[in-house]
Amino acid sequence: MLNNKLNDIELYKIIEETKHYEDKKAASIEALKIVQNSRGWISDQLMYEISAILCISVSQLEEIATFYSQIYRQPVGRNIIKYCDSVVCYMMGCNKIQLILEDILKIKPGCTTIDHKFTLLPISCLGNCDKAPVLMINSITYSNVNSTCIPILLEKCK
Amino acid sequence: MKKHIRTAETHPLTWRLNQSYSNIVWASEYCKKNGYSALHIMLKNMIPKDVVQMITESKLRGRGGAGFYTGIKWSLMPQKKDYQARYLLCNADEMEPGTYKDRLLLEKLPHQLLEGMIIAGFAIEASMGYIFLRGEYIDAAYNLKRAILEARKLGYLGKNILGTNFNFDIVLHTGAGRYICGEETALINSLEGNRPNPRIKPPFPALIGLWGKPTCVNNVETLSNIPSIILNGVSWYKEISLSDDTGTKLMGFSGQVNNPGVWEVPFGISARELLEDYAGGMKKGFVLKAWQPGGASTDFLLPETLDVKMDFSSIANIGSRFGTGVAMVVDHTVSIVSLVLNLEKFFARESCGLCTPCREGLPWIVKILQSFENGSATINDLDILEDLCFQLGPGKTLCAHAPGAIQPLQSAIKLFQLDFKKCIMNINQKMSDTRNKTNSIFELFL
Ligand code: SF4
Ligand code: FES
Repeated sequence: MLNNKLNDIELYKIIEETKHYEDKKAASIEALKIVQNSRGWISDQLMYEISAILCISVSQLEEIATFYSQIYRQPVGRNIIKYCDSVVCYMMGCNKIQLILEDILKIKPGCTTIDHKFTLLPISCLGNCDKAPVLMINSITYSNVNSTCIPILLEKCK
Repeated sequence: MKKHIRTAETHPLTWRLNQSYSNIVWASEYCKKNGYSALHIMLKNMIPKDVVQMITESKLRGRGGAGFYTGIKWSLMPQKKDYQARYLLCNADEMEPGTYKDRLLLEKLPHQLLEGMIIAGFAIEASMGYIFLRGEYIDAAYNLKRAILEARKLGYLGKNILGTNFNFDIVLHTGAGRYICGEETALINSLEGNRPNPRIKPPFPALIGLWGKPTCVNNVETLSNIPSIILNGVSWYKEISLSDDTGTKLMGFSGQVNNPGVWEVPFGISARELLEDYAGGMKKGFVLKAWQPGGASTDFLLPETLDVKMDFSSIANIGSRFGTGVAMVVDHTVSIVSLVLNLEKFFARESCGLCTPCREGLPWIVKILQSFENGSATINDLDILEDLCFQLGPGKTLCAHAPGAIQPLQSAIKLFQLDFKKCIMNINQKMSDTRNKTNSIFELFL
């Protein structure tokens, strides 16, 4: 059951964040990330809740939420798989990595598996180009990935 | 491959790291290896003006890509004291494809950056510093947070630093994934919690920046250079370089080379030395076709330019840009057209959308390049591409995103025109094939 109210921990964390800035609004990204970390994505109702704490309008918050690639406004899988599709990884075979992932997960980039276990997304250069191709699963970056290690990495996901 | 002995005098940025760069230098190790001594010396002997003067004399140039002189940037901050607050921003939004230098400094040497920021904060009389870190650098975020706590405990951050009346604190602010946040005014907008579109300049951030206050934005590597300049002096800093640009620089090579990586080297070392001695040369079976000297937004160069000195003016003289100084090789197996398509897709995806030429032009470029790739382009398309390069060129858009985006394209068309034309010839071939086929079908009916 989705809970559309911010819980005390989220509230506390957001309020703590706002203290770092002259203007509460500056904590927008962080607030969105705090909520997203505990719930996976951000529903419309939660947008209202967050904007109220930051004393800004929902549309102002929406401006932020829709701009960044890492804020999700619709449900995502429990594990987010991002493959770097930038220039060095491209030369070192990220297309192949993408195909392997599509093949195992049976989804296209931008989609979530039916069992909500995985979401597959492309991502820009992860600053590990000397170890390309690079993959990021949730918060961990894996470099020099190849066709043998990908199934093992996916296997480890919950 | 060369084995290099790194010392404080020759490798001021990286000497505290072990050979494989794997250790994280926390406060105890940093202090043991003369960390924070520059801060001690400065607070004892210098006033802000002296520090600005020293950095100006050192001719330290910004390491984020544009290469503006840091001392001059600092001295643009207003002299009058009637502002309540001034801010120092550390641009740690490294996202240029092919660039991975700041990551090393952020993850492994967080205290060096903090010390640089504290000194910079003192110099521009700021009371608060923000590190704008890209959201994907999760290890860096963790390490920086820990380092900030350590520094605060040791009395290097907070109120009355080391018993003086200098107050300065640092907050880590993480982004959520957009390349444009690396542009300094977009970074300010993003930090304020606004949509991160770049701002029109002037006014420059030095006058009206974060929350309307005087603000200075410096790159991670730039700030990490500061402590050693204070410690070792201006003439030392000038002497370790082999060219007019002073100091050392993190440079690297990636792609199909034997030992891709990043190394601290003096400015003015040749690209060939970097490629052959440090990166171990091209991998067996791969021939160098072109290279990009400093990230995705720099012009391609041909293999015969490899003897160029790696510094701002030498690279500019041969028609490219030094950029971030982290280079990449393109080998003979890569199709230039598809590589440029990859680059332009990135730039189109990352346009903030504020100016029409950039918002509309980049996806158009992507579509045309796609038609080159799938063999449906005509000679007319090459003209359109060239025209678009002109339309997106310098001065036509609000920020340098669009001009940066067309640099690799423009240079690829210039250097590899044949590759583009071949794609066109394919289609012409196909057309005449079908024409012949239809003709023969007609003949059947006759
Ligand atoms: S050039 Fe592009 S990225 Fe820069 S402000 Fe204009 S639309 Fe935005
Ligand atoms: S291009 Fe993939 S990590 Fe840099």
